Amino acid sequence: MAKFARKGKGGTPAISTASLPDIVFMLLFFFMTVTTMKEVDLKVKIEKPKATEVKKIENKALVKYINIGVPIKKYQSKFGKEPIIQLNDAFAKVRDVVPWVDAVRADMDAENRSKMTTALKIDKNAKMGIVTDVKQELRKAKALKITYIADKTTQEDFY
Amino acid sequence: MARRPLQEINAGSMADIAFLLLIFFLVTTTMSTNTGMQRKLPPPPDPNQKNDEKNVKERNVMVVLINKDNNIAIKGRPIQLKDICEKTKKFFLNPNNDENLPEKKIKDIPYFGKYPVSKGVVSLQTDRATNYEKYLQVNNELVRAVNELRDEKAKQKFGMPFDELDQDKQKAIKEVFPLNISEAEPRRIAAGAGK
Repeated sequence: MAKFARKGKGGTPAISTASLPDIVFMLLFFFMTVTTMKEVDLKVKIEKPKATEVKKIENKALVKYINIGVPIKKYQSKFGKEPIIQLNDAFAKVRDVVPWVDAVRADMDAENRSKMTTALKIDKNAKMGIVTDVKQELRKAKALKITYIADKTTQEDFY
Repeated sequence: MARRPLQEINAGSMADIAFLLLIFFLVTTTMSTNTGMQRKLPPPPDPNQKNDEKNVKERNVMVVLINKDNNIAIKGRPIQLKDICEKTKKFFLNPNNDENLPEKKIKDIPYFGKYPVSKGVVSLQTDRATNYEKYLQVNNELVRAVNELRDEKAKQKFGMPFDELDQDKQKAIKEVFPLNISEAEPRRIAAGAGK
C-alpha cells in the first residue's frame, strides 16, 4: 500500500505550535473579563470585616472609595500608627473629604452624579470616632449613598 | 524573473506577545470583587428645624447602644449579638399589639391594600471608641432582621423570596417593612449600659 508508505526518515515530527497563540489569547480574554483593574495602591492596611447582608458592588464607575486603616510600615514613621484616611493615592484629613467628594462629582457625567456611592473600606480594628467623622462629612457633602465594604460570610461563621 | 511565492508571515512570536499581555493583565488586575453593605445616610440636619427625635414616642424607639468596651445594650439592657436579630424582628412586627412595642399606622400599599406599618425606629448609637467591627456586626444584625422580615413576607404573599420579585413588588414590601435605622450623632456612652 503505497499510500501509507512513510515519507522521509523515521522519528517523531515536531509538535506544531501554531495553535499556541490561540490558546494563550483565550486565556488572556478569560482573565480580561473576569478580573478588574486595581483601584489604587493601598497605603493603609485594611483587614475587611465580615458580614452576611452584603451585596456585590455593581456598576464600578459609580463607586468611589474612602479607605481608612493603619498606614503600612514605610509610612508609619511619618503618619503614625493610628488609623488614617486615604483618598485616591494620598493620605488625607477629615476636612479633605468634602472637597474630595466635590472633585469626584465634578469628574462624573451629569446624569450619574446623583447615583454616586461612596464605599467605605475600613479596617475592622478602626474606632468609630474617625468613621463617624467621615460619615458626618459625607452628610455635609450630600453624598448619602454609602456602602460598608465587608467580606461575605455565612451565618454560622458570623458569631 | 519568476515571481516568488507569497511568503507567510511568521506567527511564531505571536505566542510571546500574547503571553506578555496575559502576564500584564494578571499583574494589574485583581480577581476579587468587593462586596459591601449598602446603607443610606440621613440628610444633613436642617438648622431651622427643631430636633424631631423628641417628637417620637418612647415606645416607637429602640435604642441600641454600643459602648466603648464594645458591649451592646438594647433599651438599657445588655444583650448578646446573636439575640439582636430576634429582638429587632419582634420590635418591628409587634404581633400582639403590645403597649410597649411600636404603634402601627395604616398605610395604603399596592398589592397589600390597607396595611398596618410599624412606626418603629431603631436608633443605633456608638461611642467614639467603639470598634468598627462591632458596629458593623450590630448593623448587620439589624439589616438582617429587616431583610428576613421582608423575605418572609414575600414568601407568604407571593410565594417567592424577596430577591426574585420584580421591582414593583419589592417596592411594596419595602414599604411594608421600611429599614428604619437612624444613627444618632455620636456621644460618649458610659461603660454601664444606660441612657
